[in-house]
Amino acid sequence: MKVKLENLSKRWGKVVGADHINLDINDGEFVAFLGPSGCGKTTTLLMVAGIYKPTEGNIWFDNQVVNYMTPKDRNIGMVFQSYALYPHMNVFQNISYPLKLKKVPKNDMRERAQRVADMMGIGHLMDRRPAQLSGGQQQRVALGRALVKEPQLLLFDEPLSNLDARLRLSMRGEIKRLVIELGITAIYVTHDQVEAMTMADRIAVMKEGKLQAYDPPDELYDQPRTLFVAGFVGNPPMNFLEVEVSRKNGDYHAHREKFDAIVPTEQGEKTAGKGNVIMGIRPEDITISDEGVGGEIYVVEPLGRDDLVTVQIGEAIVHVLADPVLGLKMGQNVTLDFSTHKVQFFDPQTEKSLLWAE
Amino acid sequence: MTLRKRFGRAVPYVLLIITVLPVIVGYFWLILSSFSISTEGLRSTGFTLSNWSFLRGSPFGRGYPSIWKVTLNTFVVAIGMTIAVIVVSSLAGYALSRLNFPGRKSFLSLTLILHAFPSVTLLIGIYFVLRTLKLYNTVLGVGLVMIGFELPFGIWLMKGFFDNVSWDMERAAMIDGASRLRVWGEIILPTIKPGIAALAIFAFISGWNAWLIPKTFTIGAGQQATLSVYLENFRGDTVAVQWGAVTAVGLFQLIPVAIFFIFTQDLLLSIYAGGAKGGT
Ligand SMILES: Nc1ncnc2c1ncn2[C@@H]1O[C@H](COP(=O)(O)OP(=O)(O)O)[C@@H](O)[C@H]1O
Ligand SMILES: [Mg+2]
Repeated sequence: MKVKLENLSKRWGKVVGADHINLDINDGEFVAFLGPSGCGKTTTLLMVAGIYKPTEGNIWFDNQVVNYMTPKDRNIGMVFQSYALYPHMNVFQNISYPLKLKKVPKNDMRERAQRVADMMGIGHLMDRRPAQLSGGQQQRVALGRALVKEPQLLLFDEPLSNLDARLRLSMRGEIKRLVIELGITAIYVTHDQVEAMTMADRIAVMKEGKLQAYDPPDELYDQPRTLFVAGFVGNPPMNFLEVEVSRKNGDYHAHREKFDAIVPTEQGEKTAGKGNVIMGIRPEDITISDEGVGGEIYVVEPLGRDDLVTVQIGEAIVHVLADPVLGLKMGQNVTLDFSTHKVQFFDPQTEKSLLWAE
Repeated sequence: MTLRKRFGRAVPYVLLIITVLPVIVGYFWLILSSFSISTEGLRSTGFTLSNWSFLRGSPFGRGYPSIWKVTLNTFVVAIGMTIAVIVVSSLAGYALSRLNFPGRKSFLSLTLILHAFPSVTLLIGIYFVLRTLKLYNTVLGVGLVMIGFELPFGIWLMKGFFDNVSWDMERAAMIDGASRLRVWGEIILPTIKPGIAALAIFAFISGWNAWLIPKTFTIGAGQQATLSVYLENFRGDTVAVQWGAVTAVGLFQLIPVAIFFIFTQDLLLSIYAGGAKGGT
């Protein structure tokens, strides 16, 4: 099923939950809503579910506006962060509750619930109460309950946030596989950019109720359209430096106090002569080399595969991912090479990218 | 175990025994007295069953109701009150907790004010209302007034329990295809069972033990009397107080409450000790 949000807004008096959201979701597409806590992800999702009525705008399911359709008529399945299992019902009753409400015959109901439970690997726990299950098992029951009525749209609201790191990793893969296998259109809300990047076909980045970007993960990462997206996606986050770009002896240079780096021509052409701009560069795109910009190491944090090195350049601070083999130490002087074609530039006023115009 | 440790363990018990002792002595005397001709301190002057004779016939002579009629009245008031308070409170509490309707805030504060309001000050006003409605000196009238006085408390209690039920669970049920009424009945109510049980116990006991309202709105120990009012007749102004009979009727009145407590004390304890715990 295709989903389309058209100018969708939700307000409670002065509080804005969602602000004129426009996006299309293709049939069978897996879309993530990504943004910090309080940015309106849940609000938007609950409007799609029919729990909240939009203040403004339309929700389309295929060719139908569903604004006033009740949740039960929308044929959707939803998984909540808190699992939202019914504590007084056992696993079987939880999973089969949607079927019971649809008045599916008893035998049919039993069979379908068992099939879904087996698929989720909880077929042997049918008689347990939710309180007798582990977090991961509860999550599976919640998934089973959402899937049992064979919905046309699956909604997830931070379903993995309550699980421990290991389990989160394995459930992440499982959910992705399941959704792709079943071919159901899915919206997955998360504040964890890794989850969004790894699972979704497209990511809708939100901030303060507004849609910031709606792109496939790699584009979001390599061509961030706003300063916010650039800073939010990627870990450790992108470095930002206020610089001025100008042309000297045929090369473009980005410079600021105690800082001068060569910028690729493509980016230089779009930013030279624009006064102060914000340069963005990811920690993994800066290399420690023999020549470049000099700075002093403020602190070194080993991350295992890499060292996260914080370098002070004049007033500015940049984070660099460095090979632990280099054995960098606090207080040491290093030179950094900023010359990469992955460097980003943003307008400090509009916070929009100067490279990837709409 | 060292002596010190042993001593440390004994202290709470000693304190408990000291505080509970007067109560136990009181009950002991109550039982003793009801089976005695008279008592001197905690000593009986002789065994008798005559104090319990009120169980047969009418102790105050013709025209007065039998104890069974009065017990029935009390049951009707207490059970009726329990049912009405639970139904109204759980519906109103749900609405106040979940729905956003005009006047919700003022309704809430009004309920709180009514709960804190000394009911005695309303008695005269209610008397006139009952007279007008021809409900003065009826079990129904007494029941309605007591329901009215109990509701603010009940609604607040139930609202609190509903507030603790996660919204997600309700949303999940609506997405699963349940109507609001089904969500309320099949999902929310079962998860706040301990709360309902607590309110039922409170309502039943306050209905069963009520004295002020039945006393005010019924005439003496008439056909519409409840046990507390009836009990009072044993210490009329003209005759000497029949302590033996008073204790026997008192014990009689105590029996249902005691049974109630025995069956619900685990539940009550869990409510008092940590609020209702209802899974996730
Ligand atoms: N029922 C509500 N009433 C009033 N404000 C709300 C309600 N639900 C959410 N909000 C507000 O809307 C904003 C977005 O919330 P939410 O969608 O829950 O954010 P997210 O899920 O992205 O963390 C927040 O400022 C929140 O306080
Ligand atoms: Mg949320």
